[in-house]
Amino acid sequence: MAALTFTLKAAPPERLDLSLLVPDKLKDLSAREIERLGIGTTPTGVVVGDLFTVSGTDLTDIRFAGGSDRFDGVGTGLKGASLHVDGDVGAYLGRGMKSGKIVVAGSLTGPYGATAATGGVIRVTGNAADATAASIPGAMAGLAGATLIIEGNAGDLLGDRLRRGVILVQGSVGALAGARMVGGTIISAALGRRAGQGMKRGTLIAGTVEDIEPTFVFSGSYTEAFLPLLRRWVASEAGAGFAALVPQVAQRYRGDMASLGKGEILIG
Amino acid sequence: MQDMIVNGVRIDDTFAEAFDMSATGVVITAPTRKWAEIAAKTMTGFATSVIACGCEAAIDCELSPEETPDGRPGFRVLIFGFDAAGLELQLRNRVGQCVLTSPGAACFSGIDGGKRLKLGATLRYFGDGNQIAKKLGRKRYWRVPVMEGEFLIEHDTGMADVAIGGGNVLILGRSQAEVLAAAEAAAEAAMTVPGVILPFPGGIVRSGSKVGSKYAGMFASTNNAFCPNLRGEPGSLLDMDTGSVLELVMDGLSFEAILESMKRALHAACAFGPDKGIQRISAGNYGGNLGRHHFRLRDIV
Repeated sequence: MAALTFTLKAAPPERLDLSLLVPDKLKDLSAREIERLGIGTTPTGVVVGDLFTVSGTDLTDIRFAGGSDRFDGVGTGLKGASLHVDGDVGAYLGRGMKSGKIVVAGSLTGPYGATAATGGVIRVTGNAADATAASIPGAMAGLAGATLIIEGNAGDLLGDRLRRGVILVQGSVGALAGARMVGGTIISAALGRRAGQGMKRGTLIAGTVEDIEPTFVFSGSYTEAFLPLLRRWVASEAGAGFAALVPQVAQRYRGDMASLGKGEILIG
Repeated sequence: MQDMIVNGVRIDDTFAEAFDMSATGVVITAPTRKWAEIAAKTMTGFATSVIACGCEAAIDCELSPEETPDGRPGFRVLIFGFDAAGLELQLRNRVGQCVLTSPGAACFSGIDGGKRLKLGATLRYFGDGNQIAKKLGRKRYWRVPVMEGEFLIEHDTGMADVAIGGGNVLILGRSQAEVLAAAEAAAEAAMTVPGVILPFPGGIVRSGSKVGSKYAGMFASTNNAFCPNLRGEPGSLLDMDTGSVLELVMDGLSFEAILESMKRALHAACAFGPDKGIQRISAGNYGGNLGRHHFRLRDIV
Protein backbone atom coordinates (compact mmCIF):
# COMPACT_ATOMS: atom_id res chain seq x y z
CA MET A 1 0.00 0.00 0.00
CA ALA A 2 1.35 3.39 -0.95
CA ALA A 3 1.32 6.26 1.54
CA LEU A 4 -1.75 8.48 1.41
CA THR A 5 -0.18 11.51 -0.25
CA PHE A 6 -1.51 15.03 -0.64
CA THR A 7 0.49 16.74 -3.35
CA LEU A 8 0.11 20.52 -3.28
CA LYS A 9 -0.96 21.86 -6.69
CA ALA A 10 -1.07 25.60 -6.01
CA ALA A 11 -0.33 28.05 -3.23
CA PRO A 12 -3.29 28.16 -0.83
CA PRO A 13 -5.46 31.24 -1.38
CA GLU A 14 -6.42 31.39 2.28
CA ARG A 15 -5.51 29.74 5.63
CA LEU A 16 -6.33 26.04 5.55
CA ASP A 17 -7.73 23.93 8.37
CA LEU A 18 -6.17 20.54 7.71
CA SER A 19 -7.31 18.96 10.96
CA LEU A 20 -9.60 16.60 9.02
CA LEU A 21 -6.70 14.97 7.21
CA VAL A 22 -5.85 12.43 9.91
CA PRO A 23 -6.57 8.67 9.90
CA ASP A 24 -9.49 8.81 12.34
CA LYS A 25 -11.36 11.26 10.14
CA LEU A 26 -10.47 9.62 6.82
CA LYS A 27 -10.86 5.93 7.55
CA ASP A 28 -14.31 5.44 6.01
CA LEU A 29 -13.87 7.79 3.06
CA SER A 30 -13.12 7.02 -0.58
CA ALA A 31 -10.57 9.06 -2.52
CA ARG A 32 -13.42 11.03 -4.12
CA GLU A 33 -14.95 11.79 -0.74
CA ILE A 34 -11.57 12.92 0.60
CA GLU A 35 -11.21 15.31 -2.34
CA ARG A 36 -14.56 16.87 -1.46
CA LEU A 37 -13.65 17.58 2.20
CA GLY A 38 -13.81 21.26 3.06
CA ILE A 39 -10.50 22.63 4.30
CA GLY A 40 -11.02 26.35 3.82
CA THR A 41 -11.51 28.91 6.54
CA THR A 42 -13.57 31.46 4.62
CA PRO A 43 -16.95 31.24 2.83
CA THR A 44 -15.24 30.49 -0.50
CA GLY A 45 -15.53 26.76 0.21
CA VAL A 46 -12.06 25.45 -0.60
CA VAL A 47 -12.00 21.65 -0.72
CA VAL A 48 -9.08 19.18 -0.73
CA GLY A 49 -9.34 18.57 -4.46
CA ASP A 50 -8.91 22.28 -5.24
CA LEU A 51 -5.40 22.35 -3.82
CA PHE A 52 -4.14 18.80 -3.60
CA THR A 53 -3.76 15.74 -5.79
CA VAL A 54 -4.66 12.77 -3.61
CA SER A 55 -2.93 9.43 -4.14
CA GLY A 56 -2.26 6.29 -2.13
CA THR A 57 -4.44 4.64 0.49
CA ASP A 58 -2.22 3.83 3.48
CA LEU A 59 -3.76 5.73 6.38
CA THR A 60 -0.87 4.85 8.70
CA ASP A 61 1.53 6.80 6.49
CA ILE A 62 0.24 10.22 5.46
CA ARG A 63 2.38 12.60 3.43
CA PHE A 64 2.07 16.19 2.32
CA ALA A 65 4.24 16.85 -0.72
CA GLY A 66 4.66 20.60 -0.35
CA GLY A 67 3.87 22.84 2.57
CA SER A 68 2.84 26.37 3.35
CA ASP A 69 2.66 28.74 6.29
CA ARG A 70 -1.08 28.55 5.73
CA PHE A 71 -1.23 24.84 6.67
CA ASP A 72 -2.99 24.98 10.05
CA GLY A 73 -4.00 22.04 12.22
CA VAL A 74 -1.87 19.44 10.46
CA GLY A 75 -1.95 16.15 12.42
CA THR A 76 -4.58 17.30 14.91
CA GLY A 77 -5.33 14.49 17.39
CA LEU A 78 -3.06 12.11 15.48
CA LYS A 79 -3.16 8.59 16.87
CA GLY A 80 -0.67 5.89 15.99
CA ALA A 81 0.16 7.00 12.46
CA SER A 82 3.13 8.59 10.76
CA LEU A 83 2.69 11.98 9.13
CA HIS A 84 5.28 13.73 6.98
CA VAL A 85 5.16 17.29 5.66
CA ASP A 86 7.59 18.28 2.97
CA GLY A 87 7.59 22.02 3.66
CA ASP A 88 6.47 24.58 6.24
CA VAL A 89 3.31 24.42 8.31
CA GLY A 90 1.27 27.10 10.07
CA ALA A 91 -0.44 27.03 13.46
CA TYR A 92 -1.61 24.12 15.63
CA LEU A 93 0.63 21.40 14.23
CA GLY A 94 -0.13 18.14 16.02
CA ARG A 95 -2.57 19.75 18.41
CA GLY A 96 -3.85 17.16 20.90
CA MET A 97 -1.77 14.44 19.28
CA LYS A 98 -2.02 11.10 21.12
CA SER A 99 0.66 8.92 19.58
CA GLY A 100 2.56 8.32 16.37
CA LYS A 101 5.10 10.50 14.63
CA ILE A 102 5.04 13.80 12.77
CA VAL A 103 8.00 15.02 10.75
CA VAL A 104 8.02 18.51 9.29
CA ALA A 105 10.80 19.00 6.78
CA GLY A 106 10.48 22.76 7.15
CA SER A 107 9.55 25.24 9.84
CA LEU A 108 6.66 25.84 12.21
CA THR A 109 5.59 29.31 11.13
CA GLY A 110 2.47 29.61 13.29
CA PRO A 111 1.85 29.40 17.03
CA TYR A 112 0.61 26.57 19.25
CA GLY A 113 2.38 23.70 17.52
CA ALA A 114 2.09 20.54 19.66
CA THR A 115 -0.25 22.19 22.13
CA ALA A 116 -2.05 19.68 24.35
CA ALA A 117 -0.26 16.80 22.63
CA THR A 118 -0.20 13.93 25.10
CA GLY A 119 2.02 11.45 23.28
CA GLY A 120 4.06 10.67 20.20
CA VAL A 121 6.99 12.44 18.65
CA ILE A 122 7.07 15.61 16.55
CA ARG A 123 10.25 16.48 14.71
CA VAL A 124 10.79 19.81 12.94
CA THR A 125 13.88 20.25 10.80
CA GLY A 126 13.59 24.05 10.66
CA ASN A 127 12.64 26.69 13.22
CA ALA A 128 9.61 27.04 15.47
CA ALA A 129 7.53 30.20 15.84
CA ASP A 130 6.48 31.96 19.05
CA ALA A 131 4.19 30.03 21.42
CA THR A 132 5.19 26.63 20.16
CA ALA A 133 4.10 23.94 22.64
CA ALA A 134 2.34 26.70 24.57
CA SER A 135 -1.18 26.60 25.93
CA ILE A 136 -3.85 28.27 23.86
CA PRO A 137 -5.47 31.18 25.72
CA GLY A 138 -7.61 29.83 28.54
CA ALA A 139 -6.25 26.29 28.40
CA MET A 140 -4.58 24.77 31.44
CA ALA A 141 -1.72 23.14 29.57
CA GLY A 142 0.52 23.47 26.54
CA LEU A 143 2.43 20.38 25.51
CA ALA A 144 1.17 17.56 27.74
CA GLY A 145 3.33 14.49 27.26
CA ALA A 146 4.57 14.33 23.68
CA THR A 147 8.19 14.75 22.60
CA LEU A 148 8.94 17.79 20.44
CA ILE A 149 12.25 17.95 18.60
CA ILE A 150 13.25 21.20 16.89
CA GLU A 151 16.46 21.14 14.89
CA GLY A 152 16.59 24.93 14.43
CA ASN A 153 15.68 27.75 16.80
CA ALA A 154 12.46 28.46 18.67
CA GLY A 155 10.66 31.74 19.37
CA ASP A 156 9.27 33.27 22.53
CA LEU A 157 6.95 31.50 24.98
CA LEU A 158 8.17 28.04 24.04
CA GLY A 159 6.36 25.59 26.31
CA ASP A 160 4.24 28.18 28.10
CA ARG A 161 2.23 26.13 30.62
CA LEU A 162 4.11 22.99 29.63
CA ARG A 163 2.66 20.14 31.63
CA ARG A 164 4.56 16.98 30.71
CA GLY A 165 6.84 15.74 27.96
CA VAL A 166 10.16 16.87 26.58
CA ILE A 167 11.03 19.71 24.19
CA LEU A 168 14.44 19.61 22.54
CA VAL A 169 15.81 22.60 20.66
CA GLN A 170 19.17 22.26 18.97
CA GLY A 171 19.53 26.02 18.57
CA SER A 172 18.45 28.88 20.78
CA VAL A 173 15.11 29.79 22.29
CA GLY A 174 13.53 33.24 22.66
CA ALA A 175 12.18 34.87 25.80
CA LEU A 176 9.86 33.30 28.37
CA ALA A 177 10.74 29.68 27.65
CA GLY A 178 8.81 27.44 30.01
CA ALA A 179 6.85 30.30 31.50
CA ARG A 180 4.15 29.07 33.90
CA MET A 181 5.17 25.48 33.29
CA VAL A 182 3.91 22.82 35.70
CA GLY A 183 6.05 19.88 34.60
CA GLY A 184 8.08 18.45 31.76
CA THR A 185 11.48 19.33 30.40
CA ILE A 186 12.87 21.85 27.92
CA ILE A 187 16.41 21.31 26.68
CA SER A 188 18.20 23.75 24.38
CA ALA A 189 21.56 25.33 23.64
CA ALA A 190 20.47 28.76 24.89
CA LEU A 191 17.43 30.26 26.57
CA GLY A 192 16.45 33.92 26.29
CA ARG A 193 15.36 36.36 28.98
CA ARG A 194 12.72 35.59 31.61
CA ALA A 195 13.14 31.85 31.19
CA GLY A 196 10.86 29.88 33.49
CA GLN A 197 8.95 32.90 34.70
CA GLY A 198 6.16 31.72 37.01
CA MET A 199 7.08 28.06 36.64
CA LYS A 200 5.77 25.76 39.36
CA ARG A 201 7.55 22.52 38.53
CA GLY A 202 9.58 21.13 35.65
CA THR A 203 13.07 21.40 34.30
CA LEU A 204 14.82 23.80 31.95
CA ILE A 205 18.24 22.73 30.71
CA ALA A 206 20.46 25.01 28.62
CA GLY A 207 24.04 25.87 27.88
CA THR A 208 23.33 29.52 28.66
CA VAL A 209 20.41 31.49 30.07
CA GLU A 210 20.18 35.21 29.47
CA ASP A 211 19.64 37.28 32.64
CA ILE A 212 18.27 34.55 34.86
CA GLU A 213 15.26 35.81 36.79
CA PRO A 214 15.98 37.06 40.32
CA THR A 215 13.24 34.81 41.65
CA PHE A 216 15.41 31.75 40.99
CA VAL A 217 17.78 30.70 43.77
CA PHE A 218 21.15 29.11 43.16
CA SER A 219 21.39 25.63 44.65
CA GLY A 220 24.89 24.53 43.69
CA SER A 221 26.29 22.21 41.10
CA TYR A 222 24.33 19.16 40.00
CA THR A 223 25.91 15.92 38.79
CA GLU A 224 23.31 13.29 39.69
CA ALA A 225 22.51 10.07 37.82
CA PHE A 226 19.49 11.73 36.28
CA LEU A 227 21.74 13.57 33.80
CA PRO A 228 23.28 10.47 32.18
CA LEU A 229 19.85 8.80 32.18
CA LEU A 230 18.39 11.79 30.38
CA ARG A 231 21.32 12.03 27.98
CA ARG A 232 20.94 8.40 27.02
CA TRP A 233 17.22 8.78 26.44
CA VAL A 234 17.69 11.93 24.35
CA ALA A 235 20.32 10.16 22.26
CA SER A 236 17.93 7.29 21.52
CA GLU A 237 15.02 9.61 20.80
CA ALA A 238 16.63 12.49 18.91
CA GLY A 239 20.24 11.58 18.15
CA ALA A 240 23.71 12.35 19.45
CA GLY A 241 23.56 16.04 18.51
CA PHE A 242 20.70 16.64 20.92
CA ALA A 243 22.22 14.40 23.60
CA ALA A 244 25.21 16.74 23.70
CA LEU A 245 22.86 19.44 25.01
CA VAL A 246 22.53 17.55 28.31
CA PRO A 247 25.51 18.61 30.43
CA GLN A 248 27.76 16.36 32.52
CA VAL A 249 27.84 18.96 35.27
CA ALA A 250 25.22 21.66 35.67
CA GLN A 251 24.66 24.70 37.86
CA ARG A 252 21.22 24.31 39.38
CA TYR A 253 18.76 27.10 40.11
CA ARG A 254 15.45 26.49 41.84
CA GLY A 255 12.32 28.44 41.14
CA ASP A 256 10.28 30.29 40.29
CA MET A 257 10.14 31.32 43.94
CA ALA A 258 7.46 33.86 43.02
CA SER A 259 5.35 30.80 42.22
CA LEU A 260 5.42 27.31 43.72
CA GLY A 261 9.21 27.14 43.39
CA LYS A 262 9.58 23.42 42.73
CA GLY A 263 11.02 23.81 39.26
CA GLU A 264 14.65 24.04 38.25
CA ILE A 265 16.97 25.51 35.67
CA LEU A 266 20.11 23.50 34.95
CA ILE A 267 22.85 25.41 33.19
CA GLY A 268 25.88 23.64 31.82
CA MET B 1 16.69 -48.92 32.90
CA GLN B 2 20.26 -48.02 32.10
CA ASP B 3 22.32 -46.61 34.93
CA MET B 4 23.41 -43.05 34.37
CA ILE B 5 27.06 -42.33 35.08
CA VAL B 6 28.90 -39.11 34.30
CA ASN B 7 32.67 -39.10 34.82
CA GLY B 8 32.31 -41.98 37.26
CA VAL B 9 29.61 -40.16 39.26
CA ARG B 10 26.28 -41.95 39.60
CA ILE B 11 23.21 -39.95 38.64
CA ASP B 12 19.96 -40.98 40.33
CA ASP B 13 17.01 -41.52 38.01
CA THR B 14 14.88 -39.01 39.86
CA PHE B 15 13.61 -35.48 39.42
CA ALA B 16 13.56 -32.10 41.11
CA GLU B 17 10.09 -30.92 41.95
CA ALA B 18 9.44 -27.19 41.53
CA PHE B 19 6.60 -24.78 42.03
CA ASP B 20 4.88 -21.90 40.29
CA MET B 21 6.05 -18.54 41.57
CA SER B 22 5.86 -14.90 40.56
CA ALA B 23 9.01 -12.91 39.98
CA THR B 24 10.08 -9.35 39.58
CA GLY B 25 13.42 -7.72 38.99
CA VAL B 26 15.24 -4.45 39.45
CA VAL B 27 18.45 -3.00 38.11
CA ILE B 28 20.59 -1.29 40.71
CA THR B 29 23.35 1.08 39.65
CA ALA B 30 25.88 3.18 41.51
CA PRO B 31 28.88 5.39 40.70
CA THR B 32 31.20 2.41 41.17
CA ARG B 33 30.84 -1.34 40.76
CA LYS B 34 31.67 -1.75 44.42
CA TRP B 35 28.72 0.29 45.63
CA ALA B 36 26.32 -1.17 43.10
CA GLU B 37 27.24 -4.61 44.39
CA ILE B 38 26.89 -3.55 48.03
CA ALA B 39 23.39 -2.20 47.41
CA ALA B 40 22.37 -5.28 45.40
CA LYS B 41 23.73 -7.73 47.94
CA THR B 42 22.20 -5.87 50.84
CA MET B 43 18.75 -5.80 49.30
CA THR B 44 18.91 -9.51 48.55
CA GLY B 45 20.10 -10.43 52.02
CA PHE B 46 17.87 -12.64 54.19
CA ALA B 47 15.96 -13.76 51.12
CA THR B 48 16.61 -17.49 50.91
CA SER B 49 13.16 -18.94 51.37
CA VAL B 50 9.83 -17.37 50.63
CA ILE B 51 8.24 -19.00 53.68
CA ALA B 52 10.33 -17.25 56.31
CA CYS B 53 11.91 -14.34 54.41
CA GLY B 54 8.92 -13.20 52.37
CA CYS B 55 10.75 -13.73 49.10
CA GLU B 56 13.70 -15.42 47.45
CA ALA B 57 16.13 -12.99 45.91
CA ALA B 58 19.65 -12.78 44.58
CA ILE B 59 21.79 -11.06 41.99
CA ASP B 60 21.01 -12.42 38.51
CA CYS B 61 23.91 -10.83 36.66
CA GLU B 62 26.28 -7.91 36.52
CA LEU B 63 25.58 -5.22 33.92
CA SER B 64 28.20 -3.15 32.18
CA PRO B 65 27.71 0.64 32.08
CA GLU B 66 26.53 0.28 28.46
CA GLU B 67 23.72 -2.03 29.57
CA THR B 68 22.31 0.09 32.43
CA PRO B 69 19.78 2.90 31.95
CA ASP B 70 22.05 5.58 33.41
CA GLY B 71 25.38 4.38 32.05
CA ARG B 72 26.82 3.43 35.42
CA PRO B 73 27.93 0.01 36.69
CA GLY B 74 25.02 -2.10 37.84
CA PHE B 75 23.53 -5.40 38.84
CA ARG B 76 20.24 -7.02 37.96
CA VAL B 77 18.44 -8.51 40.93
CA LEU B 78 15.59 -11.03 40.70
CA ILE B 79 12.99 -11.43 43.42
CA PHE B 80 10.66 -14.44 43.61
CA GLY B 81 7.47 -14.55 45.66
CA PHE B 82 3.98 -15.98 45.66
CA ASP B 83 2.01 -13.07 44.26
CA ALA B 84 2.05 -9.45 43.17
CA ALA B 85 1.04 -8.08 46.56
CA GLY B 86 3.82 -9.94 48.32
CA LEU B 87 6.41 -8.85 45.77
CA GLU B 88 5.31 -5.22 46.01
CA LEU B 89 5.73 -5.30 49.78
CA GLN B 90 9.19 -6.83 49.45
CA LEU B 91 10.19 -4.24 46.84
CA ARG B 92 9.06 -1.39 49.04
CA ASN B 93 10.84 -2.70 52.12
CA ARG B 94 14.02 -3.91 50.49
CA VAL B 95 14.56 -1.05 48.03
CA GLY B 96 13.48 1.44 50.68
CA GLN B 97 15.85 0.16 53.34
CA CYS B 98 18.77 -1.08 51.25
CA VAL B 99 18.93 0.88 47.98
CA LEU B 100 17.50 4.25 48.95
CA THR B 101 19.99 4.23 51.82
CA SER B 102 23.04 3.09 49.85
CA PRO B 103 25.44 5.83 48.66
CA GLY B 104 24.97 6.77 45.01
CA ALA B 105 22.54 3.97 44.25
CA ALA B 106 19.72 4.26 41.71
CA CYS B 107 17.01 1.71 41.01
CA PHE B 108 15.35 0.83 37.70
CA SER B 109 12.89 -1.68 36.34
CA GLY B 110 14.51 -5.06 35.74
CA ILE B 111 11.64 -6.82 33.97
CA ASP B 112 9.80 -5.19 31.09
CA GLY B 113 6.56 -7.06 30.65
CA GLY B 114 3.64 -8.19 32.75
CA LYS B 115 1.76 -6.53 35.53
CA ARG B 116 3.40 -3.38 36.83
CA LEU B 117 4.59 -3.42 40.43
CA LYS B 118 5.08 -0.21 42.36
CA LEU B 119 8.66 0.84 42.87
CA GLY B 120 9.25 4.60 43.03
CA ALA B 121 5.47 4.91 43.14
CA THR B 122 5.65 4.28 46.88
CA LEU B 123 9.22 5.28 47.72
CA ARG B 124 8.84 8.75 46.23
CA TYR B 125 6.99 9.83 49.36
CA PHE B 126 10.31 9.80 51.19
CA GLY B 127 10.86 13.11 49.40
CA ASP B 128 8.16 14.71 51.57
CA GLY B 129 6.81 16.77 48.71
CA ASN B 130 10.18 17.69 47.22
CA GLN B 131 10.33 14.66 44.91
CA ILE B 132 10.40 15.40 41.18
CA ALA B 133 8.68 13.22 38.58
CA LYS B 134 10.26 12.89 35.15
CA LYS B 135 8.55 11.05 32.35
CA LEU B 136 10.83 10.08 29.48
CA GLY B 137 8.89 8.33 26.74
CA ARG B 138 6.80 5.64 28.40
CA LYS B 139 8.86 5.46 31.56
CA ARG B 140 8.40 7.61 34.65
CA TYR B 141 11.22 8.27 37.06
CA TRP B 142 11.34 9.89 40.47
CA ARG B 143 14.13 12.08 41.76
CA VAL B 144 14.04 12.09 45.54
CA PRO B 145 16.29 14.54 47.37
CA VAL B 146 18.45 12.85 50.01
CA MET B 147 21.29 14.11 52.21
CA GLU B 148 23.93 12.80 49.82
CA GLY B 149 22.32 14.25 46.71
CA GLU B 150 19.48 12.63 44.85
CA PHE B 151 17.93 9.14 44.73
CA LEU B 152 16.80 8.21 41.22
CA ILE B 153 14.18 5.49 40.98
CA GLU B 154 11.85 4.27 38.25
CA HIS B 155 8.12 4.49 38.94
CA ASP B 156 7.39 0.79 38.54
CA THR B 157 8.83 -2.50 37.40
CA GLY B 158 7.44 -5.55 35.64
CA MET B 159 6.42 -8.97 36.82
CA ALA B 160 6.83 -12.45 35.41
CA ASP B 161 3.90 -14.51 36.67
CA VAL B 162 5.03 -17.79 35.14
CA ALA B 163 8.27 -18.05 37.09
CA ILE B 164 9.37 -21.26 38.77
CA GLY B 165 11.00 -21.83 42.13
CA GLY B 166 12.62 -24.96 43.50
CA GLY B 167 14.81 -26.49 40.84
CA ASN B 168 17.54 -28.33 42.71
CA VAL B 169 20.53 -30.63 42.56
CA LEU B 170 21.93 -32.73 45.42
CA ILE B 171 25.65 -33.40 45.45
CA LEU B 172 26.71 -36.45 47.47
CA GLY B 173 30.32 -37.19 48.33
CA ARG B 174 32.94 -38.55 50.61
CA SER B 175 33.71 -35.61 52.89
CA GLN B 176 32.43 -32.14 53.73
CA ALA B 177 35.44 -30.38 52.21
CA GLU B 178 35.27 -32.33 48.95
CA VAL B 179 31.52 -31.87 48.54
CA LEU B 180 31.81 -28.15 49.31
CA ALA B 181 34.51 -27.70 46.68
CA ALA B 182 32.31 -29.39 44.07
CA ALA B 183 29.22 -27.49 45.21
CA GLU B 184 31.03 -24.16 44.92
CA ALA B 185 32.01 -24.95 41.34
CA ALA B 186 28.50 -26.20 40.59
CA ALA B 187 26.88 -23.07 42.06
CA GLU B 188 29.18 -20.84 40.06
CA ALA B 189 28.28 -22.70 36.87
CA ALA B 190 24.57 -22.68 37.70
CA MET B 191 24.58 -18.90 38.23
CA THR B 192 25.83 -18.25 34.70
CA VAL B 193 22.39 -18.87 33.22
CA PRO B 194 20.52 -15.56 32.68
CA GLY B 195 17.21 -15.40 34.50
CA VAL B 196 18.19 -17.91 37.18
CA ILE B 197 19.14 -17.16 40.77
CA LEU B 198 20.41 -19.38 43.57
CA PRO B 199 19.03 -17.60 46.65
CA PHE B 200 20.82 -19.56 49.39
CA PRO B 201 24.19 -18.55 50.89
CA GLY B 202 26.69 -18.73 48.06
CA GLY B 203 24.01 -20.59 46.13
CA ILE B 204 24.35 -23.63 48.41
CA VAL B 205 22.02 -25.22 51.00
CA ARG B 206 23.36 -27.62 53.59
CA SER B 207 20.03 -28.28 55.29
CA GLY B 208 17.63 -29.62 52.73
CA SER B 209 14.22 -30.26 54.24
CA LYS B 210 11.37 -32.69 54.02
CA VAL B 211 7.72 -31.80 54.38
CA GLY B 212 6.31 -32.10 57.90
CA SER B 213 7.74 -32.92 61.29
CA LYS B 214 7.03 -34.97 64.38
CA TYR B 215 6.43 -31.68 66.15
CA ALA B 216 3.05 -30.02 65.76
CA GLY B 217 3.23 -26.72 63.93
CA MET B 218 6.46 -27.43 62.06
CA PHE B 219 5.85 -27.48 58.32
CA ALA B 220 9.31 -28.67 57.39
CA SER B 221 12.15 -30.45 59.10
CA THR B 222 15.50 -31.98 58.30
CA ASN B 223 15.75 -34.33 55.35
CA ASN B 224 16.58 -37.53 57.29
CA ALA B 225 17.13 -39.60 54.20
CA PHE B 226 20.17 -37.52 53.18
CA CYS B 227 21.71 -36.84 56.62
CA PRO B 228 25.02 -38.68 57.00
CA ASN B 229 24.54 -38.79 60.78
CA LEU B 230 21.41 -40.86 60.20
CA ARG B 231 23.06 -43.43 57.92
CA GLY B 232 21.93 -46.93 58.65
CA GLU B 233 18.49 -45.92 59.81
CA PRO B 234 15.58 -47.29 57.76
CA GLY B 235 14.78 -44.86 54.96
CA SER B 236 18.31 -43.49 54.67
CA LEU B 237 19.22 -42.97 51.04
CA LEU B 238 22.94 -42.67 51.67
CA ASP B 239 25.64 -45.26 51.17
CA MET B 240 27.82 -45.92 54.19
CA ASP B 241 30.78 -44.10 52.62
CA THR B 242 28.83 -40.94 51.79
CA GLY B 243 29.96 -38.36 54.30
CA SER B 244 28.23 -35.16 53.22
CA VAL B 245 25.44 -33.80 51.01
CA LEU B 246 24.95 -30.26 49.72
CA GLU B 247 22.05 -28.95 47.68
CA LEU B 248 21.76 -26.21 45.07
CA VAL B 249 18.36 -24.54 44.72
CA MET B 250 17.44 -22.59 41.58
CA ASP B 251 14.63 -20.13 40.95
CA GLY B 252 14.18 -19.10 37.35
CA LEU B 253 12.07 -17.12 34.93
CA SER B 254 11.42 -20.18 32.75
CA PHE B 255 11.51 -23.98 32.83
CA GLU B 256 14.25 -24.07 30.22
CA ALA B 257 16.45 -21.64 32.16
CA ILE B 258 16.26 -23.75 35.32
CA LEU B 259 16.88 -26.95 33.40
CA GLU B 260 19.96 -25.39 31.79
CA SER B 261 21.17 -24.15 35.17
CA MET B 262 20.72 -27.63 36.71
CA LYS B 263 22.55 -29.11 33.75
CA ARG B 264 25.55 -26.83 34.21
CA ALA B 265 25.56 -27.52 37.96
CA LEU B 266 25.40 -31.28 37.45
CA HIS B 267 28.24 -31.37 34.96
CA ALA B 268 30.40 -28.97 36.98
CA ALA B 269 30.00 -31.19 40.04
CA CYS B 270 30.58 -34.39 38.11
CA ALA B 271 33.79 -32.95 36.66
CA PHE B 272 35.33 -33.48 40.10
CA GLY B 273 34.71 -37.24 39.84
CA PRO B 274 35.13 -40.02 42.40
CA ASP B 275 38.85 -39.27 42.79
CA LYS B 276 37.94 -35.94 44.32
CA GLY B 277 35.26 -37.49 46.47
CA ILE B 278 32.13 -36.88 44.42
CA GLN B 279 30.04 -40.04 44.33
CA ARG B 280 26.51 -39.33 43.32
CA ILE B 281 24.05 -36.68 42.11
CA SER B 282 20.43 -36.70 43.14
CA ALA B 283 17.51 -34.25 43.32
CA GLY B 284 14.84 -33.37 45.83
CA ASN B 285 11.15 -33.97 45.35
CA TYR B 286 8.00 -34.59 47.35
CA GLY B 287 6.72 -37.55 45.42
CA GLY B 288 5.68 -35.42 42.48
CA ASN B 289 2.28 -34.38 43.73
CA LEU B 290 3.04 -30.95 45.22
CA GLY B 291 4.85 -29.15 42.44
CA ARG B 292 3.72 -28.83 38.86
CA HIS B 293 7.22 -28.75 37.38
CA HIS B 294 9.45 -31.81 37.29
CA PHE B 295 13.08 -31.51 36.21
CA ARG B 296 14.31 -35.03 35.44
CA LEU B 297 18.02 -35.61 35.87
CA ARG B 298 17.79 -38.05 32.95
CA ASP B 299 17.10 -35.06 30.67
CA ILE B 300 20.26 -33.17 31.62
CA VAL B 301 22.89 -35.88 31.74
